[in-house]
Amino acid sequence: MSGSTARGTGTDDVVVDLTDLHKSFGSNEVLRGIDLRVRRGEVVCIIGPSGSGKSTLLRCVNLLEVPSSGTVVVDGAEITDPDCEIDDARRTMGMVFQQFNLFTNLDVLGNLTIAPRRVLGRSRAEAETTARANLARVGLSEKEHAFPAQLSGGQQQRVAIARALTMEPTVMLFDEPTSALDPELVGDVLDVMRSLAEEGMTMLVVTHEIQFAREVADRVLFIDGGVIVEQGTPEKVIGAPEQERTRNFLARVLHPGQKTA
Amino acid sequence: MALTRRQRARLGRGVQYAIAVAVVLLVALTADWATIGRAFFDLEVAASQFPGVIVIALRNTIVFTALGFVVALALGLVLALMRLSSVRIYRLVAGAYVEFFRGLPALLIVIAIGFGVPLAFGTILDRTVAITLALGIVGSAYIAETVRAGIQSVPRGQVEAARSLGMSPLRTMVFIVIPQAFRIVLPPLTNELILLTKDSSLAFLLGTTLEQQELAQFGRSALNQFRSLTPILVVGLCYLIITIPLSYLARRLERKYGSAGMPKGAEV
Repeated sequence: MSGSTARGTGTDDVVVDLTDLHKSFGSNEVLRGIDLRVRRGEVVCIIGPSGSGKSTLLRCVNLLEVPSSGTVVVDGAEITDPDCEIDDARRTMGMVFQQFNLFTNLDVLGNLTIAPRRVLGRSRAEAETTARANLARVGLSEKEHAFPAQLSGGQQQRVAIARALTMEPTVMLFDEPTSALDPELVGDVLDVMRSLAEEGMTMLVVTHEIQFAREVADRVLFIDGGVIVEQGTPEKVIGAPEQERTRNFLARVLHPGQKTA
Repeated sequence: MALTRRQRARLGRGVQYAIAVAVVLLVALTADWATIGRAFFDLEVAASQFPGVIVIALRNTIVFTALGFVVALALGLVLALMRLSSVRIYRLVAGAYVEFFRGLPALLIVIAIGFGVPLAFGTILDRTVAITLALGIVGSAYIAETVRAGIQSVPRGQVEAARSLGMSPLRTMVFIVIPQAFRIVLPPLTNELILLTKDSSLAFLLGTTLEQQELAQFGRSALNQFRSLTPILVVGLCYLIITIPLSYLARRLERKYGSAGMPKGAEV
């Protein structure tokens, strides 16, 4: 598939295609050969202990981390190809970060319009129309002139999701989107993500929200030690895990404070 | 000692006041006020300084400083980006530049530019150009470090968010990083502008016609002319007319681009 730049021509409509992905930081090998195909409209949740490489995996998909080896093909374009226009490729992927990363120098509308205007060359009016539609989608229309510092964590994260949506991405990448939130604010963000999934958005979600994964995911990946230990439907991976490591992890996450066997 | 905490505080403050009053009295009683008055406050001499001190000297100081600062800012920004570059040679060149020019007295740089450049290139360097260049070089070495620190203080997540939206490194720098860094570097930049205002007095080293005198030199020539220290007082006040509003403006801007990350007039 190397060198292919045509969009949407992949076999059986695979949107994200990772082949034998490795990533090392110095002598620390974080990813040890990951193969993953995400179909259009599929919601894949990635769970695993901290330090297992799941965030690194997600960041390799849009090349925020450059893989040490292996290929990443997104929507038919091999973005690990050195000749790939990475800025163009990234437009097709929306990314939501654990720390929201809203631009602190811009208000909400500014956050949502800067990329459409400066990258896609949209007019201000056009960009603001799209921005308002996406703000409504996350239920924050009344906050368009607020600055990030004036919003709660949950509101910031919903704005961040709206910001990613303004670029009309083919796939959304969520990197622990609720991990930095107060517990009572998690629900609103998960609701937005749930409705995105229902609209058929292709989603790759690194999360600690096992319940969310169980309800929303088409497929759950359990990653540990830089490899996919187990994958399958939520019923299988969360409901009846085959691997010892998966069982131990789920026991720790679902029943914190209890001793694991 | 059976003093309460409040009594001790009061006693401490009393001692401090007493020392302050003693020092003031000592100075006031030992100084020759009649001579000071004659030397510094000769109204006739003061009046004779006008309008020249304003229309020539103050104006030239502002022009030299403003031009020098513009050059320093542009050069400093480029140097800061070079120091942060992934290209090793850029980092080395910018690092050497900063270490070299930051370590030299401004006086040497003014002389080197004013006399060295015409010698080296066989050209005549306009005095305004020479002082602008010299001040620009002096200022840029400091500004480069200030701006570099400001850019580095912008959280990495801001850059990642911009890049993940498909913004190029340049757009990310221009629309996201620099506006945020600007807020952080505003106070040290004001400091640099005030320092340059004073360094512009080094223009006297390049020789001069009356029309080209800035404040310090204007004061010095008046000093010789009148045998009075009053011109020093007049030009001193003129410096403060520049620098105090600058400090005030900086505080205003700082408040406007508030610490909470809410620039009120932010234009996108």
